Amino acid sequence: MNKLLVWYGELTTRQNLAKRGLLFLGAGMLWLMVFLVLPGLVLIAVSLITRGAYGQLEWIFTIENYKRLAGFSLFGWTADYIIIVFRSVWVAFMTTLISVVLSYPLSFFIVARPPRSRYFWLTLVIIPFWTNMVIRTYAWFLILAPELPLAKLATFLGFIPAGSPLYPNSFAVYLGMVSMFLPFVTLPLYASVERLDWTLVEAAQDLYASRVRVFMQAILPQTLPGLSVGIILTFVPAMGMFVVPDLLGGSKYMLVGNLIQQQFGASRDWPFGAAISIGLMVLTMISLQLYRRRSKEIEFI
Amino acid sequence: MKKPSPLITVVALATVGFLYLPLVAVAVFSVNATRYGLVWRGFTLDWYIKLFQNEFILEAAWNTLVLAVVSTIVATILGTVLAVGMDRFPWSRKANTFLDLVLHIPVVIPDIILAAALVVAFGLLRFASSVFEPGLLNMIIGHITFQISFVALVVRSRLVSIGRDVEEAARDLFAGTPYLLWRVTLPLLLPGIVAGAMLAFTLSLDDFVISFFTAGPESVTLPLFIFAAVRRGVTPQIHALSTLVVLITVILIIGMERFTRK
Repeated sequence: MNKLLVWYGELTTRQNLAKRGLLFLGAGMLWLMVFLVLPGLVLIAVSLITRGAYGQLEWIFTIENYKRLAGFSLFGWTADYIIIVFRSVWVAFMTTLISVVLSYPLSFFIVARPPRSRYFWLTLVIIPFWTNMVIRTYAWFLILAPELPLAKLATFLGFIPAGSPLYPNSFAVYLGMVSMFLPFVTLPLYASVERLDWTLVEAAQDLYASRVRVFMQAILPQTLPGLSVGIILTFVPAMGMFVVPDLLGGSKYMLVGNLIQQQFGASRDWPFGAAISIGLMVLTMISLQLYRRRSKEIEFI
Repeated sequence: MKKPSPLITVVALATVGFLYLPLVAVAVFSVNATRYGLVWRGFTLDWYIKLFQNEFILEAAWNTLVLAVVSTIVATILGTVLAVGMDRFPWSRKANTFLDLVLHIPVVIPDIILAAALVVAFGLLRFASSVFEPGLLNMIIGHITFQISFVALVVRSRLVSIGRDVEEAARDLFAGTPYLLWRVTLPLLLPGIVAGAMLAFTLSLDDFVISFFTAGPESVTLPLFIFAAVRRGVTPQIHALSTLVVLITVILIIGMERFTRK
């Protein structure tokens, strides 16, 4: 076991290497174990216990929290929570879809710029990517204010009473979500579009392929790596988003994120909050699994 | 390269407009002289001046800075050492898969799950020590937890790209381990470490969810302050504050771009 070996120019033993390696891994891994893995396990444990009358934790094991999430309550079955979960998945799906549809023209546009201004346009997409989400969300308050054309148009069409803003409602949530996540799709997609082999596109056109066919068979397969990363980067965090629905959806359009926040805030029902979080985690893992093979092909960071 | 059709150009420009319309609106109304409503009453910088007289905002700005600086320093050190530990030693396939999995958790899960897990864990740790009362220290711990992953991933990709030839050459020339790390690996790795630290710093400034869940009444940061203020009703002062935050973000991004492109 203690055989000497040469490890990149160093004469050492496997044991020595392992010792030094552990020294390097130690601090970081210990941190991740204590503040990431352990809290994750605690979250699972707490999702299986009971909430006391004053919001304290009582270590009586039960699956009541999960049953509640599935809709079973003292007063029979209700679909309330199920609806919120499905709505979150649906909103995340639509947000991803709209972002993808808008990202393709944007990426093609940026790629076609001359190299100097290409960086300018790319930076224009990167800035919102890094701008604080609270600011980017509440900024829609201004655009949707009653004094401005959008709300006036909606009033004219009879959607909202005169003098009221165009939020909170589902439309505002979609606006906020798409503007929040659009750069998450555009940036990885752009990385793929930049490397696109245009000769294949030209060949398809020369052979009289229709526009749809050119896209489906010449462009889509080539941009799939970037597109997959963009979809994951959007769909997964969009399911757990809580700022946008909280500010732009109000109580009318709650998502899972709001439900979780409510349990840890006003309701002070940690076990139920933990159960919803685990539910969201399961949804996340399912969606990651669906895309796992594809996303391995590209490093995003 | 193909020239895009006019339709693509129009949709692309409209999309960029869609991204910037809200931010431009905030900037415009931050210099509007009216206090209520959205009617244009002339240009003023009053809201910016008042910002610097508001002690709550100054305190929030200070908290934000302390949080970002402290967590970035700790996460950069831990993340860098962790990346070297993962990349430069002969771990078994199984060990590598496990390390990789743990490292990717904060990157892929929705941040609200990490926030919920931290709330629960801190809640239980509170029985052991009052250190874990909600507050700045807890926020720093939370931020470090997700920053480590990003730093380690960035530094590790730099480790892979610089290869091991130079290190091997140094070993052949009888460099000891401390000398090798300090005089060979670290200088080569520095661009990666700086890029990782900048990413971590921006992530900390950008974070809302982790802070929101772990903050105490004494540890309000700028995003938390803006969120609370917005729920009470937006004011021009908030627009001014937000505009400043966006400007700082822009400066950081341009700095980061300059640095990483060279």
